[in-house]
Parts: sequence; C-alpha cells; structure tokens
Amino acid sequence: MGKSLLMAVITVTLFNSSLVFASSETDAIQQQLDAIKKEYGQAIKALEDRLLKAEKGAQVANDQAQKLALQLEQSNTARTSSSAQNSFNPAISLILDGRFASFDNNPEDYELPGFALGNEAGLREKGLSIGHSELTMSANIDDQFFGQMTLAFDEHDGETETELEEAFIQTLGLGNGFTLKAGRFFSEIGYLNQQHGHAWDFSDAPLIYRGLFGDQLIDDGVQMTWLAPTDTFLQLGAELFGGSRFPAGGTTSGIGAWTAFADIGGDIGIEHSWQLGVSHWRSDNIKDRKSGGHAHGTGEAETPSFSGDSKISALDLVYKWAPKGNPNNQNFKFQFEYFDRDEDGEVLMLNSGPPLETTLYDGDQKGWYAQAVYQFKPQWQVGFRYDRLDSNNRGSDADVLTEAGLDNEGHKPQRYSATLEWLPSEFSRLRLQYNHDESYEKTDHQLFLQYTMSLGSHAAHQF
Amino acid sequence: MIFHHWKNTYWLAALLLALCANTAQAQLNIFACEPEWAALARTLAGDTARVYSATTAQQDPHHIQARPSLIAKVRRADMLVCTGAELEVGWLPLLLRKSGNAKIQAGQAAYFMATDHVALLEKPSVLDRSLGDIHAAGNPHMHLDPYRVQQVAEALASTLVTIDPANTNNYQKNLRNFIHEWSQAITQWEKQTLELRGKRIVVNHNNWIYLERWLGLERLAVLESRPGIPPSSSHLAKVLAQLKQKPADMILYASYQNNKPALWLSKKTGLPVVGLAFSPSDKENLIQWFDRALHQLLRADL
Repeated sequence: MGKSLLMAVITVTLFNSSLVFASSETDAIQQQLDAIKKEYGQAIKALEDRLLKAEKGAQVANDQAQKLALQLEQSNTARTSSSAQNSFNPAISLILDGRFASFDNNPEDYELPGFALGNEAGLREKGLSIGHSELTMSANIDDQFFGQMTLAFDEHDGETETELEEAFIQTLGLGNGFTLKAGRFFSEIGYLNQQHGHAWDFSDAPLIYRGLFGDQLIDDGVQMTWLAPTDTFLQLGAELFGGSRFPAGGTTSGIGAWTAFADIGGDIGIEHSWQLGVSHWRSDNIKDRKSGGHAHGTGEAETPSFSGDSKISALDLVYKWAPKGNPNNQNFKFQFEYFDRDEDGEVLMLNSGPPLETTLYDGDQKGWYAQAVYQFKPQWQVGFRYDRLDSNNRGSDADVLTEAGLDNEGHKPQRYSATLEWLPSEFSRLRLQYNHDESYEKTDHQLFLQYTMSLGSHAAHQF
Repeated sequence: MIFHHWKNTYWLAALLLALCANTAQAQLNIFACEPEWAALARTLAGDTARVYSATTAQQDPHHIQARPSLIAKVRRADMLVCTGAELEVGWLPLLLRKSGNAKIQAGQAAYFMATDHVALLEKPSVLDRSLGDIHAAGNPHMHLDPYRVQQVAEALASTLVTIDPANTNNYQKNLRNFIHEWSQAITQWEKQTLELRGKRIVVNHNNWIYLERWLGLERLAVLESRPGIPPSSSHLAKVLAQLKQKPADMILYASYQNNKPALWLSKKTGLPVVGLAFSPSDKENLIQWFDRALHQLLRADL
C-alpha cells in the first residue's frame, strides 16, 4: 500500500516536471521561428531589391540593344539567312558565244594533210552562227566533295546538238596534297586542254589540238593528283580512262587509255610567273577509231578507221608577266606547246571495195604552237599565234594512206593568227581574229568576229 | 644489285622524311589573302606562326590569277585569313580546290573570312550585273574602319585559339596588347583627323565607304560609272561638270588602281590627288599603316 502511494507521487511529480519543461521549449522554438522569419523577411527584401535593380538594368540593356539593332539596320547589314531552299542551289554560269566567219576557201574542203581529222575538228560554218554555248553548274557537295557539270550546245549541219561536256566529282578533304576526280572531264594532257574553249585566247584550237584530239581530249575516268609540300609548285598526276572517246576509240572493257603528267611552276620576283609541264597519253587497244577522210565526189563517203596502239607525249610552257604583279591594267602571257604522236596498227577504209581497202600503218605526227597575248590597257588585248605541224606516216599501201588523209602530200601545215579583243568588263569579250591558214596547199584567209559572254556566277579561271 | 635497290629505297625514304619534316613544323602556316590580314595575323600570332600574304598593296585583290606559287602555298597552309564577301571569288576557290589540303576548305575552323565577323555596309537590294561587279554580301572593303578591324582581331584571336590551343596564352596576351594599343591609336587618329570631317571627296572605285563613315568624309562622285568597269570619258566629263557645280576637296584612288582617270580629273580641276595606301606594305603593322594613310589624307588637305 505504502509502496504504491510512493509510486503515484513519483509519477505525478515526474509528469508535472516534464510539463514545465515542455512549456519552456515551445517558447524557445517560437523565438527561433521569429528570428528565422525576420531573417527571411530581410533576405526576401534584399532579393526583391536586387530583382528590381536587375529589371532596371535589363531595361537599360534592352534599350541599348534596341538602339544598336536600329543602327545596324540603318547601316543595311542584314545577313542573308540560309533557311531558303534555293540558297543551296549550285553556282550556275552560262556562256553565250556567237560569231561571224569569213573564209576564202570553202570550209568543207578543209584538211590537214598527215592527220586524219575526227571529233570536232574542222572549220565551222561560214557567216553568222552561234558558237559553243555552255551551261555549267557546280557546288561543294559536302565537306568532302565538289561536283561540276557542263552542258555544251553546238550547231552541227543545221542541227543543235547537246553534249555532256563535263560531269565530275572531286575530293576536297583527302588531305596531304591528294585530290581524286571521277567522271567525265578534260584530260590534263598539255596546257590548253584542261581549259574550256571560251577561256582560250583565240577563237579556234591550235592546229595540233585539231589534228590529234579533234580540238580537245575529254574522256570518262578517274584522275589522281598529288601536290608536293614544297614552295615551288610541283604536281604529279595520272588518269585512267574508259578510252571509248576520240582519239582512243572502240569498245574496250576496263581501261582503254591512261595518262601521266607532271607540272612544275613558280614566281620570279613579284612580276613574273611560269609553269612547265610534261604529259603522256597512251592507248594500247584502239579499235575502229573513225575519222573523216578525203571527200570522194558522189557515193557513200569512205571513212578511215584505225585500230592499234597510240602514244602521245607533250611538253608545255606558260609564262606570265604583270607590272607589280597586278594583271588588271596590263599583262602579258606567252605559251608554247609541243606534241608528238606515235601510232602502230592498221587503217581500214570503211564502205570501200569490195575488197575492203586496208593498210598497215606506222604513224609519226608532231606539231607545236607558240602564242603571245598582251593586254596593253584595261579593256584591250592583242594576241599573236603561230602553228606548225609535221608528219612522217608510213603504210604498206601508200594509196590507202593517201585516201585516209594520212599522207602529208609533201606539205607541212602552218598558220599565222592575230587577234584584237575588247573586254568591256570581266564578263564580256568581243574578238576580231585573222588567220593566214596554210593547213593544206591552198592558203586560206579567215576572219572571225566573235562575242563571248559569261552570265551568272563569277567564274574562276585557271593559271 | 640488292644493295643498290636497298640504297634507292633508303634515299626515297630519306626524301619522304625530309618532305614530311618540312610540313610538320611547330609553327603555324597562315595564308593571308591581303596584306592587312597578314599584318593582323602577325601581330596576334607573333612567333608562333609563319604568315604569307598572297597579295601586296599594289595588287587588286579582285583580280589575282590562281598562280602555281599560290597553289603551292595553300597546299601547306594550316589556316586561311581572307576578306571574304566574294572579294576573292575569282581565284580563292580555285586555289582551294587545287590544294588537296583538307584543313583550310570552306566550313573548316581554319577557313577564316574577316567579313563573316562584322556587319557590312551597302548590301545591294538588287543583284544585277548591269550595275557592275557588285558584291551580294555587301561592300567587302571594311578594313578601313578601325572598329571593324578590332572586331576581326577578336574573332581571329579566338579562331587561333581553336586551331592551336597549345598557344592560347600567347594569342590572348597578344590580343590584349593589340586592343590596348589599337584603342589608344583610334582616339589619337580621331583627334588628328577632326579637320577632315565634312571634306568632300571624289573616288576612283567605291571602296572607301567604311573610311568615309569613320572620318565623316562626304563622297561626291565615283569615277567608275559602275564598280569594276574602267571610267569612260563620257562619265568623266559628267563628273567634271558636276564638280564645277559643287567643288570637292580631293580625289582618292587606291594604290593598285589605274591612276590615269584621277590624274586627268586633277589636271582639269586643280584638286589634290591621293593614291592612298590601300593596304599595309609587307613590313608595316596595322597601326603604322593607318598612320601613314591618314597622314597622306591630311597632307593632301593642306
């Protein structure tokens, strides 16, 4: 009994004391809460102040930005946006070309004794005609490739012909000086061959280009070039071609022709620059390369056809001068090219006989030209050119050789040309050209008045 | 025989090694299209780069031929610093395509076009070649505005850092020094040229707009009737008549331009002619060049 009473007293006492303890703790918490509240209140006030300041600052910055934007707009600086679909269109350039031509001889009678003419070789129409119009499109395809296509429009015997002149892709990102090209393109043989006709300094191709390539060597294939990492320009390259196009020919499977070339060049001081090149073209498997032969009065024309192997070696030299290195007002250019072709095989006269006329053929043809062009004031330019060819072809049947136009008839073709050009702007050119042409025995006097205009994107011309 | 063969291979390897060693230099090869960017690159890169300028102040950067020597230089370039805005459209794309150099093709960090980093004036609203050789992106000759040059300097320094991070400190330090000196120079130039404000000028080609804006010059006439087309005598006669109505203070042409039309007009009018150094010489830095060019103007004004 006494024990349980004691327990109760203890319990009550304990309970009470704990109550007292609880009440004093609440006060402390209350105080702490107040303190925190005050502290937060101050912090929030400070934050609000800062926000207000920031807003003001932003306002000022915004005003300034607007002012700047206005200034920018006033100075007409809007950057082109690239969102439009057509801003990725390739660069398009169009060449318009037309001429008036006058010949003393009948242009149909044209021949080049010792050379069987093929492809585009020959003189074009007398009188007024449109020349070689071109449409070129090009662009970087991505960061690795560049692509270009050229359509050429030509007039042949009263008909307009469209030709896919170039269609190639080229690497941009191989690095270490390597560049690979694939498709249809101008071969790098010689110097002039890789330039479009409208970039030439004369209306017509040099005689040796006419005689060997039918004006220009274009084929389908691949090209690899390597540029040496030296201060002097040194480029080595090789091409593999299908070889179905003139002056190769026939249906070959695989590689029908190949070239190898090397170019070296540089500057001498600031005013002089030069480039020297050697190149070699070869086709070991030509089948039925047709060319135009002698006209034969009435009846179906007999067409010479060559089968065998062919080798061309070339040397080219270009030298340019511009006062203070600034070609805009005055400049001078000299170029020289030499070609040598060696062929072995058989020549057949199609549509002849029966029996079919045929001869074994050992061809040796060479030629060169030298030309100088002088822009003596900003819009005016004069040019002079001399062409010379020679051949020593042999065959088992001299008559067939003569019929095929491969006998030089004791004549060495040569030609003198002179031009005067007016260049109203870098996009237009008017040219007057005179040729004293001794391509064959009867000397011809030829006169051309030609315009060449370039529309669209700005062309970049090779050296 | 085998020994000879081995010897040949050895020589070939040595040659290749020499060629590679040539390319693998620690120094950055910078190809600048114009002397002003060569000068800026030299200032910002210091000894860490070898800078080559494709043109001189005597050459018109619109009309440069894609010479073999330039192709060889681009082949070895680690970086390209050019004006852009189609100024070099007639030759730079060809150099790039022929170079076989992947590093500096368009779109790469090392393909630096100054006009990409500033706002251009005179962006034509009509693109038609009957208006002459105009630039679709605007007038590219902005190197005559020191403020824009400073913007280019900042962009160029950060591109250098991207390409050659090992020398970051060097580029940043050089940029700080350049901006410090350049700002001081601008203040001084603006003080010196106060007297040129409002002067009326006749120019040969419309490539002075940035200088006109900066110095407050007033352009009365251009001798070329259309940009890039040499002045015709009929247009010159018109300019002469116009100047009789409202006289100018001087005639300006760029150092690379044909000076005949300007000299002809000067003879007719008695106005002073200034063949202004359009770009720095190969030994000048940008400050020295601006000093010289502005003094040419001030002297003509006396």
